Amino acid sequence: MSPLIKTLFLAAALALGTAASAYTLEEFEFDSPQQQQEFRELIAKLRCLVCQNESLAGSQAELAQDLRNEVYKMMRAGQSKDEILDFLVSRYGDFVLYDPPLKPSTYILWFGPFVLIGIGAVFLLRTLMRKKSTTDQDLTDEDRERLRQMLTAEGGKTDQPS
Amino acid sequence: MSRSIRALIPLFLFAGLVALLVFGLGNDPRKVPSPLVGKPVPDFSLPELTDPSRSVSDEDLKGKISLVNVWASWCNSCRAEHQALMALSEIPDFQIVGLNWKDESRDALTVLRMTGNPYDMNGYDPDNTVGIHWGVYGAPETFVVDRKGIIRYKHIGPIDKQVWEETLEPLVAQLKAE
Repeated sequence: MSPLIKTLFLAAALALGTAASAYTLEEFEFDSPQQQQEFRELIAKLRCLVCQNESLAGSQAELAQDLRNEVYKMMRAGQSKDEILDFLVSRYGDFVLYDPPLKPSTYILWFGPFVLIGIGAVFLLRTLMRKKSTTDQDLTDEDRERLRQMLTAEGGKTDQPS
Repeated sequence: MSRSIRALIPLFLFAGLVALLVFGLGNDPRKVPSPLVGKPVPDFSLPELTDPSRSVSDEDLKGKISLVNVWASWCNSCRAEHQALMALSEIPDFQIVGLNWKDESRDALTVLRMTGNPYDMNGYDPDNTVGIHWGVYGAPETFVVDRKGIIRYKHIGPIDKQVWEETLEPLVAQLKAE
């Protein structure tokens, strides 16, 4: 790719990128930059349930738009972040949160990987320890002597270039 | 533990993992469990679709067993479900309450006129104001509500013969007996 095309491509990508991220905030007006910031943070924490790998902030789905409106309305009505999150969780379940909350039903999710790593580590250590301790102990002096004889006998039998 | 059994441990672990993954494949990630099951229906009041001078509210869901069906004229699966709902509307044990969701009333009324109206009443919710409170994220969805106005079950996707016979019919019979 020539440098010019590369530059143009990059410029286009950047322009499109900003357009896409600006889209969701254009329709809303805020009293203060803090409020806008808070709104941004909030919708980034929430999952769009139609397109499940997108947050409300990034999704163009209609449902995401409705939910953004709802979050906006609640915010303007003076409700706190937690109140808004609680409301959405009470309607859509924990799944609407990108970060699953820590509670008994999600313990496996949070701690499972560490438990698995722990089990793996125990097995690894045990195997390593056993290897270390067996190498020396298994060979008695008699064994060593036999091994030595075998190795020398073996050496005598090697093929030689004729 | 004998050596041969120990050698099989990785195989067992692998089999367990495969079983877990197969189970995971069978799960539909689109079916998100509703936290509303077991809770009273959210308060709402909407204009009635066929007669906007009347309204449909949570009060209409008390005293009777109800199937609350979320539908829209633009939703293809709802069209597929329509015949099943028509058949269910013959059964006197429960009322069918529609939640016409994110729709145009003209289009919705056309659907009802052309293919029949299985609903005892229909809340008209073009802007998803009530839908959000019910945790609706697609159509069709159907809530089973008992006489006290408690949501007892949420079915995601169209109701067909199998869903009715295996899940909803026994539930309605149980609610009727309560």
